[in-house]
Amino acid sequence: MSSVVDRVRKIVVEQLGVKEEEVTLEASFVDDLGADSLDTVELVMALEEEFETEIPDEDAEKITTVQQAIDYINAHQA
Amino acid sequence: MKFSRILGTGSYLPARVVTNADLESIVDTTDDWIRERTGIERRHLVSEGESCCDLAEVASWRALEAAGLVASDIDLILVATTTPDQFFPSTACLLQQRLDIHGCPAFDLQAVCAGFVYAMDVADKYIRIGAAEKVLVVGSETFSRVLDWNDRTTCVLFGDGAGAVVLGAADEPGIISSHIHADGAYKDLLQIPGGHGNGRPDEAFVEMRGNEVFRFAVTTLGRIVDETLEANGLTRADIDWLIPHQANIRIIQATARKLDLPMERVIVTVKDHGNTSSASIPLALDQAVRDGRIQRGETLLMEAFGGGFTWGSVLVKY
Repeated sequence: MSSVVDRVRKIVVEQLGVKEEEVTLEASFVDDLGADSLDTVELVMALEEEFETEIPDEDAEKITTVQQAIDYINAHQA
Repeated sequence: MKFSRILGTGSYLPARVVTNADLESIVDTTDDWIRERTGIERRHLVSEGESCCDLAEVASWRALEAAGLVASDIDLILVATTTPDQFFPSTACLLQQRLDIHGCPAFDLQAVCAGFVYAMDVADKYIRIGAAEKVLVVGSETFSRVLDWNDRTTCVLFGDGAGAVVLGAADEPGIISSHIHADGAYKDLLQIPGGHGNGRPDEAFVEMRGNEVFRFAVTTLGRIVDETLEANGLTRADIDWLIPHQANIRIIQATARKLDLPMERVIVTVKDHGNTSSASIPLALDQAVRDGRIQRGETLLMEAFGGGFTWGSVLVKY
């Protein structure tokens, strides 16, 4: 089983069509990885599916970097 | 056992075309922004003096011709619209007068972008129970008249147009099944807040919380597709064509991905029509029937999602 970090990075690569080396922990989806508002929505939905969790809208809005996504998953995974 | 099947289709788009570049001079937007987020490049809009019923009428004559019927053969008229010509009579009654049909029931049905799917559901049931034999089902909209042309997040999304289908009684389907749903808990996410009923007729413009609608739409459409297939013991591979409501190319792509359907099997008109609300599915259907993509005997899945929220699907053997 790969780690949460690897799985989150893999989803970011797939959803945003960016290179793996670009997906650093500090990378911001919008500012560094060229995501638009709908990309970030789709990214959150992909995370929900991968980790079988529900991310409410108000939490989703606060997930703007790779690290924040990892932290959210770690904090909310059963 | 009685079923309903599609006898003929027709559609009509107003002549005036407005491109993204044209919109750049009206609101603070760019062609790139609109294309990337929506897939829309141009839309047809009504001109002054042109009405929702005008569009519905042309689409209806074309559908009747395709069905090989005359207007007097029709014994029920259903118009799905959110932008009726008048508060009353209903657009269905206005259309009935244009078609010179007398006496058959005619009514409007309002489920915003899911309106056509709702109307097909109702028409199919009328035919199945034997209450009607030949039903004219129309989706017609002039959303350009209910847009806030200062709101760049909504005014770029919509277009005007009409599509029509004639359904007739048959010994086999036809419409295999239809599924409609609503959840008013989401009423505030996509709405025209004002109306005469609430005494706020001046607030009659579309408002949308785009990201939230997008997310709910993708999830819900994936679910309605599964529900439709399961109800009929079918698999994704049984679908020949997906005819989605044309709101946004990215919602359409997400649904196609869930179906494992390549985009070549999806009828897409959003690029040239924008979101024409209840008219988008019959417009797309008619286009693909007339250009020869959709053939008799093929299995079509129509699905839509709209304000309310309302959503639904129709599974058809064409």
